[in-house]
Amino acid sequence: MTNQVLISMLASVVATSSPLLTAALGEMLTERAGVVNLSLDGTILLAAALAFIVGYHTGSVPLAFAVAAIVGAIMALIVALGSIVLRQEQVAIGFVLTLLGDSLSAFVGQSYTRIRGASVPHWPLPLLERIPVLGPILFQQNVVVYASIALMLLAWWWLYRTRAGLRLRATGERPVSAYVRGVPVQRVRLLYAALGGALVGCAGAMYSMAIQLGWAKGHTRGMGWIALAIVIFGGWHPMRIALGAYLFGALKALVTYLQRTVPGAPVTLLNMAPWLLMIATLALVGSGWLERLLLSLPARLQRPARRLLRSSPPEAMGTRFVRG
Amino acid sequence: MSELSWRKVLLGLAPFVLALASVSALLVAVGAPPGEAYRQILQGAFESPAKMADVLAFGVPLLLCASGLLLTFTAGLWNIGIEGQIAMGAIFASAVALYVRLPAGLQIPLEILAAMVGGALWAAIAAWLRNVAQVNEIFSGTALNYLATNLTTWLISGPWQPPEGGSVHSTPIFGRHAVLPMMTGLRVSWVALLLAALGFAVVVLALRGTHWGLQLRAMGRSRASAHILGVRVERNTILSMAACGALAGVAGAMRALGTYQSLRPLISGNIGFLALLVVMLASTKATWVPFIVVFFAAILTGSQRLNLVMQLDDSAGGVLQGFLVLFAVLIGGVRQRLEAASTASRGRQPQSSAGAGPAGEGEALA
Repeated sequence: MTNQVLISMLASVVATSSPLLTAALGEMLTERAGVVNLSLDGTILLAAALAFIVGYHTGSVPLAFAVAAIVGAIMALIVALGSIVLRQEQVAIGFVLTLLGDSLSAFVGQSYTRIRGASVPHWPLPLLERIPVLGPILFQQNVVVYASIALMLLAWWWLYRTRAGLRLRATGERPVSAYVRGVPVQRVRLLYAALGGALVGCAGAMYSMAIQLGWAKGHTRGMGWIALAIVIFGGWHPMRIALGAYLFGALKALVTYLQRTVPGAPVTLLNMAPWLLMIATLALVGSGWLERLLLSLPARLQRPARRLLRSSPPEAMGTRFVRG
Repeated sequence: MSELSWRKVLLGLAPFVLALASVSALLVAVGAPPGEAYRQILQGAFESPAKMADVLAFGVPLLLCASGLLLTFTAGLWNIGIEGQIAMGAIFASAVALYVRLPAGLQIPLEILAAMVGGALWAAIAAWLRNVAQVNEIFSGTALNYLATNLTTWLISGPWQPPEGGSVHSTPIFGRHAVLPMMTGLRVSWVALLLAALGFAVVVLALRGTHWGLQLRAMGRSRASAHILGVRVERNTILSMAACGALAGVAGAMRALGTYQSLRPLISGNIGFLALLVVMLASTKATWVPFIVVFFAAILTGSQRLNLVMQLDDSAGGVLQGFLVLFAVLIGGVRQRLEAASTASRGRQPQSSAGAGPAGEGEALA
């Protein structure tokens, strides 16, 4: 593999991972507030279809993304309101919306299958694109890619460096304590459900208008479940979620490359890897083995290692908050 | 009192009305007359004995899965991994069909037994992970679904590919001795119908008439309290999941040995997820399950015709089901709130607890 090939492969990994990264960051924000929006797979499909339709008729990319964001926010708000106001299980509503979004996208998108529509233009960043190696990988892309990277940095800063981020984390970890300290728990949950859902919707638009141009039935099927897995693998941390998203993109690229060049390569095993990793992560954390492993490290390394590897879910995730 | 029961009827009908209204609006939006579309769906499902047999053939695995899910739902478990359990059942049944040759009376029972083992094992993994490592069965189930899909694809394109080679579509068609006997001229097997009815009956009996059913119900209310009451929560987690997996495995066997007479990718055809919808719609009323199953199977079988006759996508059936269950869940919440409100107003302390009434919850103080 020449350097040139490797660089262009990495560039395509960064590009194809950006919708996943965006969706996973959105879901991370929602779950950090304590709401599990399971509807990702259906939401991404529906948003992708509707964004494509809007872009096709109006030619406006921003409008298409706005519609996708609204669709995503509505889906997430149905989950959050159904849980907060109607006291139904978040998982139940999210699951129904997964299937409903899938069917709806197929139904409304039927007459838009495999045609050309509006797309996000290629937009290399001046100067930055000249940087050797990094330039072609990161800065000769389109806005969608830059936006997803900016979003990752922004999410990290918001979560760990602002008061609002602190309140968000408190809401997901200890809603009762947060409430006592004056955080409007339900309002925070609705807000981050809508925000996270809007990002998930944008991820759908990213697929149909930038990364896998166009629409066909089941165009992005499976991506929502992968995004949910990446949130877990990433331990609800923006940087590690990015690592997970790019790792997944790299794995996919590797599979495609091997299928073309090495007959009989263990492609199935590679395809299974993300799911095995997800189960392993959850099991390592939940069984306490990770904690035991950490304790066996030299004392000086324990704290940084724990910070690096910490990946327990927000404590109140998926539960309803009822003021006692 | 009569006012209350009126409200009950209205709330009970509301999901259907809202779902039909939503789908009709969508149909109008794409320029299709709704009445004609519904008529086509009904015709596509019921116009001939052959069509009705197709509805039943689709309903068999659906009823088997829904029966299994009644157990896990009662126990408070979200067995999203059921799709993978169907696939594993199909794989295990296919293995027997491809490699084992037994006397006529033993061949199919062994295939079905193998399918039950396959499905139960796959479900037990998720249950075991929940017990030893607190892994939520939703996430492990999702992963196990994709693992099973990958395994199926690998088997079909690798070790089990037909002798002519290179196919990613299916294994060779199984021998006649190994597949389900069909009713003459119809695409449904009496073995399958019998098994589905049996599976459902056993589940209902277990839930209603045994101590175990009672234990599962206690777990579903609260795992912690059930544990305190002496219910062996971890063991019952494994048992209920494995029982559901075994039934899902039989469903997979029906797909492989009946519907396709071979192993195919995506063998489950989304039936496991659909069964989750069925059980959510039935809520805890097990007796409704067979009716909902036939209803869902009819809609899905019938809506295939929309594509041929009206150039509409056959996902219209899925849209209708999705809306129906969504509205049922949401309106279920409305009903609970109304009931809570009316109990509170009939009680002695109408304004005491802020959490009980509809106005109580939320951010009044924030």
